[in-house]
Amino acid sequence: MNRILINKWTKAVVFLICLVPLGIILAEGPSGWGANPTQFLEHATGDWVLRFLAITLAVTPLRKIKALGLTQLIRFRKMFGLFAFFYACLHFGLYIGLDQVLDFHGIWADIAKRPYVTVGFTGFVLMIPLAITSTAGMVRRMGYKNWQLLHRLIYVSAVAGVVHFYWLVKSDVHLPLIYAGIMAVLLGWRVFDWFSNSGKKPTPGRPVSKEPAAVPASS
Amino acid sequence: MLLKRSPDLKYSDITPRQAYLDRRKFLYGLGLAGGIALAGRGLSNLAFPSVRAYASTKLDGVTKGPFGTDEKITDEKVVTTYNNYYEFGTDKSDPAKNATKFVTSPWSVSVEGEVAKPRKFTMDEILKLAPLEERVYRHRCVEGWSIVVPWVGYPLSALAKLVQPTPAARYVAFESYFDKKQMPLWSRAGIDLPYVEGLRLDEAMHPLALLTVGMYGETLPNQDGAPVRMVIPWKYGFKSAKSLVKIKFTKDQPPTTWNITNAHEYGFYSNVNPTVDHPRWSQAKEVRLPGFFKNTPTKMFNGYADQVASLYNGMDLKKNY
Repeated sequence: MNRILINKWTKAVVFLICLVPLGIILAEGPSGWGANPTQFLEHATGDWVLRFLAITLAVTPLRKIKALGLTQLIRFRKMFGLFAFFYACLHFGLYIGLDQVLDFHGIWADIAKRPYVTVGFTGFVLMIPLAITSTAGMVRRMGYKNWQLLHRLIYVSAVAGVVHFYWLVKSDVHLPLIYAGIMAVLLGWRVFDWFSNSGKKPTPGRPVSKEPAAVPASS
Repeated sequence: MLLKRSPDLKYSDITPRQAYLDRRKFLYGLGLAGGIALAGRGLSNLAFPSVRAYASTKLDGVTKGPFGTDEKITDEKVVTTYNNYYEFGTDKSDPAKNATKFVTSPWSVSVEGEVAKPRKFTMDEILKLAPLEERVYRHRCVEGWSIVVPWVGYPLSALAKLVQPTPAARYVAFESYFDKKQMPLWSRAGIDLPYVEGLRLDEAMHPLALLTVGMYGETLPNQDGAPVRMVIPWKYGFKSAKSLVKIKFTKDQPPTTWNITNAHEYGFYSNVNPTVDHPRWSQAKEVRLPGFFKNTPTKMFNGYADQVASLYNGMDLKKNY
C-alpha cells in the first residue's frame, strides 16, 4: 500500500478526488439546489468541511496502526487539511455573499451575538494560520515543535465545527451527533496515545511524537 | 367533457390526479372513450376501487377572498418540494418524498372543548361548511425564508360559529395527525408528537386566520398538510399546524410543540417580527424563494400589521415573542 502512496501520480489523483464533491455540487445545480439554493450550498460545503477535517485527523491514527501499512499517508495530510480550509472558504464565502449579501454590519452582529456563528467563525479563523504555515518552508522556519504546537489548533477547529453544526439544527441532532462521535474517536485516540506513550518513555526534553516525516519531502 | 365530476361529489370520491390521468390513458387506449364517458365514474370505481387516497384535485366554486397580496405567487413546485413537516423527515425535500402514500381519506376533525355543540366534522362537511375563498398570503418561516401562496379555505370563525364556543373559551388548541406507521421518520424529528399548536381565541377568530383545504386551486398536497390545516399569515409558519384532527377550545393557554421543544427560542405568540431576533439568527431579513439572496426586508406581522396589530395593544412583543 505504501508503494501506491509514494507513487508520484497518486497525489494528483487524490487531489482530483478531493475536488469531486465540489464537482458534484456544481453539477447538481441550479435545479438540484432546490428552492433555497443558498442554504443548500451552505449545508453541502459545511458537510465537506467537517468531512475533510475528520479525514485529516484520521491520517495520524491510521499511520500508527502498523498492520495497515499506511505510514506514507502522511504525504496527504497537508492536502486534506488544505481542502478542509478550501471548503470552509466556500462555506464562509456563501454566508457572506449570499446569506448576508455583503451586509458587514449584519455579519459582525451575527458573529458577535449568535453563538453558533461565533463558534463556526472561530473554527474557520483558526484554520487560517494553519493554511498559511502549511508549506515545508514554514515548518523549517518555525521549527517543527512550534509548528506542531500551532497545528494542534485543528483540534479546536474540529470541535468548533461540530458544535457549530449541533447548535444550528432546530431539533434533529442525529447528524451532528454522528460527526461528534467521529471527532470524539479521532481526538480520543490522541488522548489515549498520549497517555500510553507518556507512560512508556518519559524521555525528558524530547517530544513524544516523532513525526519529522510530516515535513513534506518536496513541494 | 369527458369524466366531468358531478357537483354532489363526495370528498372520498375524489380520484387522485395520477389515477385520473392513467384512467384517461386507459380509456383512450380501449378506444371506447365516447361511449364510456357516461359511465366514467362507475367504471373508474371498478378500475380503481381501492383508490381512496388523496392527491391534488381541482376545487370548484372558489372565489377570490380579501387580504390578497399582489406580490408574485411562488412557483407551486417550490411550495410542494420545500417543506417543514417533521413527521415525514427533517430535510426540506423529505416530506415530498415520504408523504406520497399518506392516507388522508376518510378524514374527520373533532371540534371540542369549551363549546356548546362539540362535534366531529367529516372532510366532506368541512369542504362545504363555508364558501371557499382563495387567499394569496405571504408565508414567513421562522428559519428566514418566505413564499407567497394562494391558499384555499375560509376563516376558522365560520367553523367556530357552528360549535358555539362558550364564554369560558379563551384559547384554541390544534392537534395534527400522528401515526408512527405512516410516519416512520417520526423518531428523528426531535420534537414531541403529535404536533400541537395554539392561538388566543381572538387570534383564532380573526378573519385572516384561515382554515385551509387547498392551494393553487386544488386540494392540499400531502406534504403541505393535507387534507386540512391552519394558515395564520402574520405568524411564523410553524404556528400553522398541518393535517388537523382536533380543534379544541380551551380555558387555558395550550402547550405548543416548538415551545415545548425549546421555550427560549419559540414563544406561544411567534408573531413575525423583524425587530425581535431568534436567539440564533436575525429576523430582519428573509430570502424569498426560490432565490439566492437573503435580502428581502421582513415586515412587522409579515405585512399584516394593519389587520392584526390591534390584537397586541399594550403587549411587550419582546417578552411575548
